[in-house]
Order: sequence, then structure tokens, then C-alpha cells
Amino acid sequence: MARRMTTVLTASGMALVVFVFAATLMLTDGLQKTLVATGSSDNVIVIRKGSQSEVQSGVERLQANIVEIQPEIATGSDSRRLLAKELVVLINLPKRGSNKPANVVIRGTGTASLTLRHQVRLIEGRMPRPGSAEIMAGASIARRFKGAGIGEHLRFGMRDWTVVGIFDAGTTGFNSEIWGDVDQLMQAFRRPVYSSVLFRLADSDSFEKFKERIESDPRLTLEAKREPRYYLDQSEAMSKFLGILGMTLTVIFSLGAIIGAMITMYATVANRVAEIGTLRALGFQRSSILAAFLSEALLLGLIGGLAGVFCASFMQLITISTMNWQTFSELAFSFRLTAATILKSIGFSLLMGLAGGLVPAVRAGQMSIVDALRES
Amino acid sequence: MESETGIVTIRNVTKSYRRGSQVVPVLEDISFGIRSGEFLALMGPSGSGKSTLLNLIAGIDKVDSGSISIGGCEITTLSDSELAGWRAVNVGFVFQFYNLIPVLTAYENVELPLLLTRLTRRERREHVEAALDIVSLSDRMDHRPSQLSGGQQQRVAIARAVVTDPAILVADEPTGDLDRVSAGEILSLMDHLVRDFQKTIIMVTHDPRAAEKAHVIRHLEKGLLTDG
Repeated sequence: MARRMTTVLTASGMALVVFVFAATLMLTDGLQKTLVATGSSDNVIVIRKGSQSEVQSGVERLQANIVEIQPEIATGSDSRRLLAKELVVLINLPKRGSNKPANVVIRGTGTASLTLRHQVRLIEGRMPRPGSAEIMAGASIARRFKGAGIGEHLRFGMRDWTVVGIFDAGTTGFNSEIWGDVDQLMQAFRRPVYSSVLFRLADSDSFEKFKERIESDPRLTLEAKREPRYYLDQSEAMSKFLGILGMTLTVIFSLGAIIGAMITMYATVANRVAEIGTLRALGFQRSSILAAFLSEALLLGLIGGLAGVFCASFMQLITISTMNWQTFSELAFSFRLTAATILKSIGFSLLMGLAGGLVPAVRAGQMSIVDALRES
Repeated sequence: MESETGIVTIRNVTKSYRRGSQVVPVLEDISFGIRSGEFLALMGPSGSGKSTLLNLIAGIDKVDSGSISIGGCEITTLSDSELAGWRAVNVGFVFQFYNLIPVLTAYENVELPLLLTRLTRRERREHVEAALDIVSLSDRMDHRPSQLSGGQQQRVAIARAVVTDPAILVADEPTGDLDRVSAGEILSLMDHLVRDFQKTIIMVTHDPRAAEKAHVIRHLEKGLLTDG
């Protein structure tokens, strides 16, 4: 009974470590997917050279106009260029319930902005009319921020804005934005420059040619990135931080779990001295005994690993929001369980089992038959 | 010379143990032989070296000097790994406290030594059933050790010892943990194995009643054979 309890507790300890390990990977994956899925590979974003995000960027009107006349830009069904000059501003809004303020991205958009982002669709209300003080909010913002629901009002840029639509952007970062007419927002925030220019390539292969021309044009201090690359760059710092934090916790916890596994395996060996002696007397080789105890340790690790991954899989139901340090805005994302995460987690738990079981298993294998039979 | 006859030949065997810096002699210059199909009892007071001698004959301990030949095989020259393979084929063990694996059934316990052979599952089943039949426990093959009496557990242990059909059975106080009736049954069973299956049994015992069943009794005292 005591042996069963020790085994269950050890497997639980390993499950906890694997849970933390898997959750960390899921968090990083979820964050990357959210940010990377925000971009479309045919889309190109043009920002000021050296700026890491739209928030730090500034594209003068003249420069935006030069970009607009480049031949690589696709044309929409209405014969207008699929290009949007956008403004990104950070403001502070109180959250529902707690009233705690958090940063929110306000995006000044053009008529092509929605077309350029196929992941974004209106789910409630209507689009804001150009030239008006109307805005639409991402589903995540509408849910979590005071005054961001449909029909409600927000005050920023010294004006009152009416939320006339709610849009859903799937798992992308746009869900955490508020969109309004770019010219109205530039006036309200007294911004003379755009933050970025976004457009679709007519031919996806023409990106390099466009990039070279734009970045070597002496009139322009701009750089061009494919949209997924841009968002991947943004996720890097946060992913790294979450990864380091998670792995530090995992390493500390795993040391405890390995010691736990070792104690359990030592107790198992001690409890089975008679069995070891008997099996060796019957003709089983040292290597068979070693393999048997190692298998048991690995099984312990496997059970812990499966339990940990099973528990971690429920984290997918949770959406968390945090500060995106590249844009200083609120970003909501979910934990994401992938096959790679499952494999890594199970591999890690097997490794813990192996580390905990190796020394006791070697001891069991090295035991003298006579001593083992005498001890029993 | 007696040591030249039979299935087991023991020549000038010496064994000592080290206790800290002290060397404690256990067996000194032991020589004798055991004939095939003989039931031999080793008797002597505690610490006389009888269990050590049994362990040396069974190939689970090593001599300091001298040699032990069993069925023509010089076991004192075998490596650890070779000895393990030799034991699996040539020796059956019966322990005082049965030493059955508690989580396995009687059938699985008896099957254990056969896992080291190349027998198929079906052949193993035939062997196990035959062994359990010899010890009259065919109806208890699905019971775990905890569901069996001491006498029944020892019978399962004897079935495990004979399942590979070894020439030699070594028994260390096989009746030491049993009541008089069960002890009698076990001794009768061992006698049956000698008479009907031509097994050679070497038994360590304190019990003169158990020793009475043996064909030959050897006495050890302070590491020396006192009868010859």
C-alpha cells in the first residue's frame, strides 16, 4: 500500500513538472501562432527603417505616396490598389470589472484594410463610416474593456467615439485592436505621419525586387517586410522570455521530480531485494535486472508524462492576455498543444524517469546474489 | 577417493569472508562427492558453513580456492554471466521462505525460469502444467502466493525448481518455515523427486527429522566436514 502510494506520488510529481514544461511550450507556441497568423505572406508591411514595430515607426505622407505608386502592388476588384496607409496609436483603457487600465492598440485604417486581412470579419454591427467618429472593436477588446461593446462610447484623442461594429480576427493579434478611420484618428491624435503602409503583392515573387528598390531609394528611409516575418520578429522577445521563465521553473521542478523518482526507485529496489536475489539465482543476468528496473523507471516517467500532457491539454481552453513588449499593447492568446509539444513533453518525462531510475537500477543489477538472499 | 565419484565433485574448497579488516574462514579444505540421484542432507550448527557450501555448489557464490565440478562442468572457472546461464539449466532452488514473486500467480512463478529458454508459449504451458501436477497444485495455478498456505507456497517453489528439469536441486532449510504436517509433505515430495525423477537433492537443514529422509547426511562444524 505504502509502495503504491509512493509510486503514485512520484508519478504525480513528474506529471506536475511535465505540466509546467508542456504549458510553457504551449504558451510560446500559442503566442507565436497568434502573432504569426496575424500576417499573410502576400502582404507587405512598410515601416521606418530601424523601427521594430508600427508603434515606433513613422512614414511621411510623401513617402507613403511613393510606395503607393510602385508597380508590384495588387489591384482590387474595384480597380483600386490594395494598399492601406495606417496609423497605430497606443491608448489606455479601463478593463471591465477591475477598472484597471491597460494599453490598447488603436489602428487608423483605410478602405482596403479589411480586404488586406482575410482573417478579420465583422461579426456584429457595421463598418465605421469614413470621415466619422465611429470605430469598431476586436471581439477580445469588446469583451474585456469598458465602453468597447457595440453601441458604447469610448473617449480618447479628446473626442468621443462610438463603437458601431465588432470584428472577429480568429486567433490573430487584431482581436486586441480598435479600428477607425485613419484620417480622423490622425487629426484626433495630431499625428502628421502614418505608422505603416500595408499592401498586397500582385505577384508574391516580386517582393525581393520591391524591397531592394524601396530600401535603396534615397528619398525613402523605409524598410519592407513580408507580414508574417514582421509579426514573427515581434513575437521573438516575448517568446524568449516566456521560454526562459518556463524552462527555469521546469528545471527546478524537474530536479525535485528526479530526486522523487530516485527515492521511489531506491525504495522499490530495497523492497525487492528478495526478488532480485531469487531471479538472479534462477539464472537471470545482471543486465536483465538492470533493464527491468530501468523499464519500471521509464514507465513511471511515461505515466507522469501522459498525465502531465493530459492536464496541460485543458490549458487550451484558457485565453490569456498580456503586454506585447514590442508594441506595448494588450495581446490575447491561447495555449496551443501541438504534436511536437506532446513528443517533447513525453521525451522529457522519460528522461526524468531514466535519470531517477538509473542509479537504483545499476545498484539492483550489481547486487550480490548471496547478499540479496541473506537480506531478504 | 570419494570426491572422484558422482555428479558433484568438490575438491579442497576453501572460503572465507571479510568483515572489515578481519578475514573470517567459513570453509576449510572441503572435499567430497555426491552421486547422481542422491538425497544429501548437510547439517551443522549455525555458522558452520553449510549454507555457504550449498551456495558454492549452486553457483551463486565463488570459492577462494579449490574446485567444484558438476556434471563434468568446472563451475569455479565460469564467469558471472556463464554461471547465470549454467544455473538456469542445471540447478533448481528451494528456499526456506519460498521466495515466490508476490505479484505473480503460481503459474507465472513456475513459468519464470522457462522465460530464459527458447521454448514457445505453448511448450512453456505444458512444462508448467506438468510441474504443478507433480506437486499436486494444478487446481491452484491462478492463485497468488498470498492466497496459498506456507506448504502450498513451498510446493509452488519446488515446481519452479523442477520445471526446467535440472539435474540438481538445492534446498536451504526447505521445511524451516513450515508446521510438522506441511514439512512432512514437502519432504515426501522431495523423496518422490529423487525416487521417481532421479533428481539429486542437496538440502541444508537443522531438523534431524528432515535429515532422516536423506540418503546421506554430512555434518559440518566450524567449516570442516566432521564425518569424513
